Amino acid sequence: MDMNDINSAASAAAGPGRRFGEVILDLQNISLRFGGVKALTDISFNVREHEIRSIIGPNGAGKSSMLNVINGVYHPQEGKILHHGQERKRLEPYMAARQGIARTFQNIALFKGMSVLDNIMTGRNLKMKSNILQMALYWGAAQKEEIAHREKVEEVIDFLEIQDVRKTPVGQLPYGLQKRVELGRALAAEPSMLLLDEPMAGMNVEEKQDMCRFILDVNDQFGTTIVLIEHDMGVVMDISDRVVVLDYGKKIGDGAPDEVRNNEDVIRAYLGTSH
Amino acid sequence: MLYRENGQFKTSYAADQQIFPILQDRWAIGLLLLAAFVAMPMLGSEYFFRAILIPFLILALAALGLNILVGYCGQISLGTGAFMAVGAYAAYNFMVRIDGMPLIGAMLLGGLSATVIGVLFGIPSLRIKGLYLAVATLAAQFFTDWAFLRIGWFTNNSTSGSVSVGNLSVFGIALDSPVSKYLFCLSVVCVFALMAKNLTRSAIGRQWMAIRDMDVAAAVIGIRPVYAKLTAFAVSSFIVGVAGVLWAFVHLGAWEPAAFSIDRSFQLLFMVIIGGLGSISGAFLGAAFMVLLPVVLDQMPHWLGIPISTATVSHLVHMIFGALIVFFLIVEPHGLAKLWSVGKQKMRLWPFPH
Repeated sequence: MDMNDINSAASAAAGPGRRFGEVILDLQNISLRFGGVKALTDISFNVREHEIRSIIGPNGAGKSSMLNVINGVYHPQEGKILHHGQERKRLEPYMAARQGIARTFQNIALFKGMSVLDNIMTGRNLKMKSNILQMALYWGAAQKEEIAHREKVEEVIDFLEIQDVRKTPVGQLPYGLQKRVELGRALAAEPSMLLLDEPMAGMNVEEKQDMCRFILDVNDQFGTTIVLIEHDMGVVMDISDRVVVLDYGKKIGDGAPDEVRNNEDVIRAYLGTSH
Repeated sequence: MLYRENGQFKTSYAADQQIFPILQDRWAIGLLLLAAFVAMPMLGSEYFFRAILIPFLILALAALGLNILVGYCGQISLGTGAFMAVGAYAAYNFMVRIDGMPLIGAMLLGGLSATVIGVLFGIPSLRIKGLYLAVATLAAQFFTDWAFLRIGWFTNNSTSGSVSVGNLSVFGIALDSPVSKYLFCLSVVCVFALMAKNLTRSAIGRQWMAIRDMDVAAAVIGIRPVYAKLTAFAVSSFIVGVAGVLWAFVHLGAWEPAAFSIDRSFQLLFMVIIGGLGSISGAFLGAAFMVLLPVVLDQMPHWLGIPISTATVSHLVHMIFGALIVFFLIVEPHGLAKLWSVGKQKMRLWPFPH
């Protein structure tokens, strides 16, 4: 199967007839500076429920910074973020997780000393309610809870087809599988919004196809809203509902894949201009 | 050939999540406990209990506590001696000032006092990491050294600076013989080892390890760094504090602040590193290495009938012991526990490696 096949399959999934909900995340005039360096300047865009929203742009355009702003790793100096219609105050990453925002990282950020199973189990930490004493005794409620969450984690493992490596320390896995485990850890939290930072970087065609399939399935089966950063334009144009384009920390395009593809500024940013 | 899990299928998650999922391991640990609780009291000599087994058990418990902090949560601490001292002196004060305070009660209260101080000195970990944190925890060491030496109230205004306890008993059984002391320490160590293992395989243990391995990713999936780090400090100092109570009450009987000096902190940190960071068995292996090996080396010429002077032997012991530390760290930087698990992996395939 070559890339065109999966592209056409993906186009069908992203084609007309997709249902979008309300705008659930609205970023207004976001500016982020590190000292004198302007990472993001006056950026506004929104994300609707159930959609696949891509952020693209050349290296250093501010894409990862944008995700870091969304889940609270960075705090923008200016601008407003509305989440489910409410203005969001300064928030720490763990609070974003509590609000149902999960993410994966550009450079794999798995817990190297733990097995695949433990990594994904950690993704469910917010849903586990036992106190320390119950856990120390590992009796009754604590054990039941552990088993109930194990069942949920096994569903994620089945979904991502990584049953055979569940007890393997993640450090021993090949790159493509590590990326998949990281997606699994994010999915285990049952997020309402999933931020994916270059989930397909460094993958070969087969691995990309698998990852596309997982992303589309997550979006389709669980209705998870997805914000995606990706450099593979074939993938982005095929699976995204809307695309926002950044360059040097500024927004230069926003819209459906076809609009963005024909946008003069976007073409200039990617192909350069003749001087 | 003997050590194989072939045919041991797990049909429930409970069976898959037990501490020793392999049948042979369950047998081995059962036999070990039987030997420790039944055979040892019948066979061991008084010297063996007093000078070897009791210190080994208590230091293993302290190393276990430290391992939760350093090995599982990745926060380096050089204040272990201090937290042991807090446990010991707090328990002493509870014993002296409250009539009829039972030993176990004083022990747990001593542990709780160590928890409070541990959490207090753990607060810098929210801002600083690694070696800088290690230096910050040194403050705990110097502070307690000073406090227990200079503030008379802690030692009940003892003029010599040394305090002692006597007539220990648990549930009406007097802890007067080395065997009874050994059995008491062994029971406490077993209970705490089991609870520590349970914590590390539960949600809280995964949170600690997540913070250790990648703190930004841990925060992004909803782990509060403050909570994870301070609970690690709390649990760790509680266990270390209890070990301090045992060390002072059961092993020493009478002690002064020097018993919990910086040397003790270093000794425990070495135990954890040599035994294996992030492993319960590592604490025991590390303590065994640090406590038993010098004794064995010391006795070796005597057993072999080699005529050399005791002075030469003690020099040789230091040199060989040092060399062995280096040797084991080169062979397996992840400690004896890792060496052990690699050995078990090999055993599964032996004698047909394919």
